[in-house]
Amino acid sequence: MTPEQRLLATTLDKALTDADVPSIIRAWRTGNQEPGLALWQNLAITTVLDDGGSWSDLVVVFEQLGRHAVPGPWVETIAVAPQLPRVPGPIITVAYDLALDADVANQILIVKNEEVAIGHISGPPKQSIDRTRHLFSVTADETLGAATPTAWNAGALACAAQLWGLGSRALDMAVEHAKLRTQFGRPIGSFQAVQHRLADAHIALAMARPLLHAAARSQTPQDISAAKAMCGNAADQAARTALQTHGAIGYTDEHDLGHYVTKIRALVHAWGTTSTHRARVLAALCD
Amino acid sequence: MDFRTEVKEWLATHVPAPLPSMDTEEGFAAHRAWEKELAKARLSVVSWPKEYGGRDLPLTDWLTFEEEYHRAGAPARVSQNGIFLLAPTLFTHGTPAQRARLLPRMADGTDIWAQAWSEPEAGSDLANIRATAVPVPGGWRLNGQKTWSSRAAFADRGFGLFRTDPGRHGLTYFLFGLRADGVTVRPIAQWDGEPAFAEIFLDDVFVPEEDVVGEPGGGWQVAMSTASSERGVSLRSPGRFLAAAHRLVHLWAETRDPKLADRVADAWIAARAYQACAEDEPPPSVLKVFWSELDLALHETALDLLGTSAELTGPWLDGYVFALAGPIYAGTNEIQRNVIAQRVLGLPR
Repeated sequence: MTPEQRLLATTLDKALTDADVPSIIRAWRTGNQEPGLALWQNLAITTVLDDGGSWSDLVVVFEQLGRHAVPGPWVETIAVAPQLPRVPGPIITVAYDLALDADVANQILIVKNEEVAIGHISGPPKQSIDRTRHLFSVTADETLGAATPTAWNAGALACAAQLWGLGSRALDMAVEHAKLRTQFGRPIGSFQAVQHRLADAHIALAMARPLLHAAARSQTPQDISAAKAMCGNAADQAARTALQTHGAIGYTDEHDLGHYVTKIRALVHAWGTTSTHRARVLAALCD
Repeated sequence: MDFRTEVKEWLATHVPAPLPSMDTEEGFAAHRAWEKELAKARLSVVSWPKEYGGRDLPLTDWLTFEEEYHRAGAPARVSQNGIFLLAPTLFTHGTPAQRARLLPRMADGTDIWAQAWSEPEAGSDLANIRATAVPVPGGWRLNGQKTWSSRAAFADRGFGLFRTDPGRHGLTYFLFGLRADGVTVRPIAQWDGEPAFAEIFLDDVFVPEEDVVGEPGGGWQVAMSTASSERGVSLRSPGRFLAAAHRLVHLWAETRDPKLADRVADAWIAARAYQACAEDEPPPSVLKVFWSELDLALHETALDLLGTSAELTGPWLDGYVFALAGPIYAGTNEIQRNVIAQRVLGLPR
């Protein structure tokens, strides 16, 4: 990371810490998106690519959005829409299948058969394991033009970065919990069985991050797919480890860990499942 | 001509047909001769200063060299304990005189080095070392027993820790000759029957003052510097795993067996991730667990692709048997996980 990217990361981290994102998440999932949309305006990051930012900057932004489990169609607006025919924002959702948070978007883009169309909501929202993700069936209206594979690649990369951020925060929460929670008269983090599981999750995340940043630089399909597969696996491992370390409290609605575990599970499948991306790696290498 | 092209072209005309195992006397000699040939082309230690036989090239060029070297299927480096482990330690902790005296002979294969860390009662618990060094006029006398010493059966010199006082601060880092008076090397056969490692018995072995690395009593710190090299990209360069992963993908492409596709992809992804971290390295303990498990998964997947013929001797099987040792040497992966949990994550002991 460059010094500017480090600054971007710490600035975003501070803004998101101050914004009390857990309350925003709790409101968003009951249909009150106002606090979340206020955050959207305050962050002023939706034009990071238009402002001359690189895909590496995008990764830095999405790591932080992941670390704070921020709800909303960020991948679609910040990463994907700028690669497609122009429509005015500020909030754009892009559907390859269902449309995420179409109810808060100013524009709904539908990509099908390498064409982009403007669309409208055609049914009530479906509920995701991540209750902040409101997924709508949409129907295409006017066609805008051709869609490039770059748009989907940008979505997969941003999603990979978001997964990395979600996983790294879930692991941090687990490590803190393991230091504080005592059983048998000792912190549970002193038990080797707990330590090794946390160490393995750390290894997975630590080794996924350089790949993520390398993919942002090279932008080859095999690197982007490798990053999505590896960040998805690492985040999933961190989620499982964090839940196991917390025990029953992690399974409750009261505890914030659930925001992470549920979003990780949802995003592992979004923007190409892990198996899809593995197949894409092999296809790119064997061509 | 750029460096990558030079390396590629040189390797294309010089890499020999597979040499006999370096764990045989004949194979060891053949591998030493190969080191001499590399050195003649100034390719044995490209990132070292010129005065010691290198080219003063940056780390990125060394990584390039390693990528091409492994892609070409060139021989394993019999000098690896010296050039990849002891040399970085000498650059950090050695004296200019030690570097001038030892490195050129290491760079051209004149001296092949063996590690001498483990003892019968000091494996994972390395600080429990019992072999001793006592000061005598002009130097030290070493006594004790070392074991699992890779390459020691045929190598020239060894490096390791000896106890000069009780406790962790009572360890000192010594260099010694494997054919010096009082040294007995007893080869230990591995599964294939060849002596890839050995026991070393030291009986009043004299070592001159100049062969202490760092300060007497400061050996633990010096040894940890060697161990970091052994756990990271210095010993196990990304090019090694990337070349193997590409070979695996090609093997898979012959049949495109869908049952194994995910594992093949994961092996390549892991090798690519290891390559991506070469310039922004995670801690050595993280790297060590990762590459050792990657190496095993990669070779297990290759064997599964080979099917019933997998048990027959061949390069993939050799690689698999070698990979099985990875989670054990350079500090077991369990010790690495303890280190990560306690020193990186800050969990209580």
